[in-house]
Amino acid sequence: MTGLELIAVASIITGGITIMIGSIGPALAEGRAVAEALTAIAQQPDESGTITRTLFVGLAMIESTAIYCFVVSMIVIFANPFWSYFIEQAAGQ
Amino acid sequence: MNEAVRLTPDQLVLFEVGTVPVNATMVFTWALMLLMVVGSWLITRRLAPDVYISSGQNLLEVIVTAIRDQIEELGGERADLYMPFVGTLFLFIAISNIFAAILPGFEAPTASLSTTAALALCVFVAVPIYGVSQRGLLGYLRQYIEPTPLMLPFQVIGELSRTLALAVRLFGNIMSGTMIVGLLLAIAPFFFPIMMRLLGLLTGLVQAYIFAVLAMVYIASATKVTKGAPPEDEGEPAAEAG
Repeated sequence: MTGLELIAVASIITGGITIMIGSIGPALAEGRAVAEALTAIAQQPDESGTITRTLFVGLAMIESTAIYCFVVSMIVIFANPFWSYFIEQAAGQ
Repeated sequence: MNEAVRLTPDQLVLFEVGTVPVNATMVFTWALMLLMVVGSWLITRRLAPDVYISSGQNLLEVIVTAIRDQIEELGGERADLYMPFVGTLFLFIAISNIFAAILPGFEAPTASLSTTAALALCVFVAVPIYGVSQRGLLGYLRQYIEPTPLMLPFQVIGELSRTLALAVRLFGNIMSGTMIVGLLLAIAPFFFPIMMRLLGLLTGLVQAYIFAVLAMVYIASATKVTKGAPPEDEGEPAAEAG
């Protein structure tokens, strides 16, 4: 395989693995957070406003780990700096 | 880099002024600022302390009251002090995300890392300003070595990383929403992109809310008056006795 093919294969596989691992953890964590919040709302319906607000903030912070992985995989696939470098090299020859 | 997939509106250059390329992010940011400033100016030009008020005044009063209530609930005693900053952040992000979901051809400026990094830097700068103005320079700096001076590096790293997280979170959410719609247009047009747009409307509003809430939480944590003295006094004799 040439360097360019190697980079393409590595980018695609890395992008898939990144989003795969990066979505498992936050999915489990968000499910747990929502379940706990539902329990709390069922026990104390009067505090549902505060619980919901805290839940949303917490969910966004949990979700941001998945978003980091998504951004990294997008960069690896669509805006890969090494890929661009090799394309420029190939164009220069 | 293929032209078919655009990650951010930064890559869409609309026109050039001299040699400076003007991209979609700048154009839509200025358009939004113009809309918000002119809109608020037109509405607040004649405010009436009457029972019968104009619909625009009604709208602004609802928004301003809701934001102030939220800030007060989050622990800012002086909500009027923080409301111009936090409220502006919320309104800019919210309007940008709403327009991106409902206006065709509108590219959300918040889908660009430049915009979100700038907003996060505003929070990064505003937190010490509010902290110093509320607690004094020494009082603000003391919170970095509050439990022990050993915590100083972690506090500094935490301050930097939460700014990065603030920027990347908003960018990633809005960019992924736009990108998923673009991909679905190629795979399953007509129905699913609209559902994702609806989801993007919800996500965009939640993200605007989160950004403002987190900014307010950071400001509140920097400005809070230290109430830790009584527990410390109780803790020390216990430690000596143990």
